[in-house]
Amino acid sequence: MPDVIYVAHDGSERRVDVPAGRSVMLGAIQNGVRGIEAECGGCLACATCHVYVDPAWLDRLPPAGEDEEDMLENTAAERRPNSRLSCQITVEADLDGLRVAMPETQG
Amino acid sequence: MSDGLVILGASYAGVQIAVSAREHGYGEPILLIGDEADAPYHRPPLSKGYLAGKVEEDALPLRAPGFYAEQRIALHLGTPAAAVDRRGRAVVLADGSRHRFDRLAFATGSRARAIPLSGADLGGVLSLRSLADARRLRAAMEGAACAVIIGGGYIGLEVASSLVLAGCRVAVLEASDRLLSRAAAPPLAAFVEAAHRARGAQIVTGVQAVRIAGQDGRVEAVECTDGMSRPADLVLIAAGAVPNGEIAVSAGLGCDQAAIIVDACGRTNEPEVVAAGDCACIRQGAAVLRLESIQNATDGGRAAGRTLAGRPGAAPVVPWFWSDQYDMKLQMAGLPTGYDRHVVRGRMEDGRFAIYYFRAGTLIAVDTVNRPGEHLQARKLVATPGRITPEAAADEGTDLRALAGA
Repeated sequence: MPDVIYVAHDGSERRVDVPAGRSVMLGAIQNGVRGIEAECGGCLACATCHVYVDPAWLDRLPPAGEDEEDMLENTAAERRPNSRLSCQITVEADLDGLRVAMPETQG
Repeated sequence: MSDGLVILGASYAGVQIAVSAREHGYGEPILLIGDEADAPYHRPPLSKGYLAGKVEEDALPLRAPGFYAEQRIALHLGTPAAAVDRRGRAVVLADGSRHRFDRLAFATGSRARAIPLSGADLGGVLSLRSLADARRLRAAMEGAACAVIIGGGYIGLEVASSLVLAGCRVAVLEASDRLLSRAAAPPLAAFVEAAHRARGAQIVTGVQAVRIAGQDGRVEAVECTDGMSRPADLVLIAAGAVPNGEIAVSAGLGCDQAAIIVDACGRTNEPEVVAAGDCACIRQGAAVLRLESIQNATDGGRAAGRTLAGRPGAAPVVPWFWSDQYDMKLQMAGLPTGYDRHVVRGRMEDGRFAIYYFRAGTLIAVDTVNRPGEHLQARKLVATPGRITPEAAADEGTDLRALAGA
């Protein structure tokens, strides 16, 4: 299974096996990775699964859709060029080693 | 070591109580007791993506199996609680086992309201609360050509949209004079009704089911108060929910009907007991407010967990909800109860707009349709009264972010 590396705001890292087809958000929630709240469970309703994608990986992800863009404008932490909602990133085999960092706050 | 915390109910509120108690330093044993056999799971997909086959069961768990052990949260699933022995400080389960506690949390949720209809026990007559219900519904959808939904609330309408998209003919019966009568203000409800009609769903308001008719144990039609018999090989009873509060009532907790009365920190009238989620309600003037939503379960659970850890903190005050039907993302911030003015921002015809509800000039609620970013701003605007006038809300040129962040 592909590994996703979650970098906490304090810099500590967690490497998690996430089954292909599962979202980066679910990979975090189901394994108790802190710093992603995902209050709506991935329905694109809350913007509390905000992450900063490692710039080296950014271009390898499909771009954010219109609703995600709309929500990224309203995240609790600062929006950066590499901001994404982790519920919208599907883990695939070619994303093995994907690194995402959690912001200081989700709400 | 004390007997620790026993939590009755293993869904959003129960899990959140356990997680938040741990997060805020509660170190004693935690036992999470649930009546369902399935480990805690996400419910929103059950009426939508799961029925459409787009979300499979392995994507539903709220947490990975190892998470609970890691957090020293013991799970006891598949057995409902029968009683609470407060003097003996123990919970008694339906299988007769006793579990002693030092602190107790009620997160028992709610169940589908049963309506006393002849024929409600026929095959093909279902309700939807749990994953087990959703499995039955998904199986029943295969080969169902026509369905009747009894109840025009969110669950009924979400399932109606899933059925219509699956190619089923659908009639929604709503006893009151409009859809979403308990859950949304008339302007949003009217838009939703039009959207369902445009998709070919039959919406019948002011009409109730009288009897469910069938043959050989299978449903065939729903006989209604308007004299019509509507054919159905699938019937969903979606007439609201009632709180699972009977055990709390028997245990002598302060309740309104069967809902446990809590404060903003999840405290009940007994010092060792907290409650959160659908089974709890909060005093609001002379009345009580009971919400059925994930946000309420999560925020209430968080507050109750903090209380248990000795670090009370009040839950936020702006409720929010969402519902996905067809291509509509409906999001509600605040409660429009008693509004005296509403303005629309954007054009309803475009399917992307917001409705702002005011009471005595103060913004109390905002419904958005396919404007998820604006919903987030609306929550901030409702939380801090006085930031926006009806005129400014109706003007698409108004910079909401500036107002919300000011």
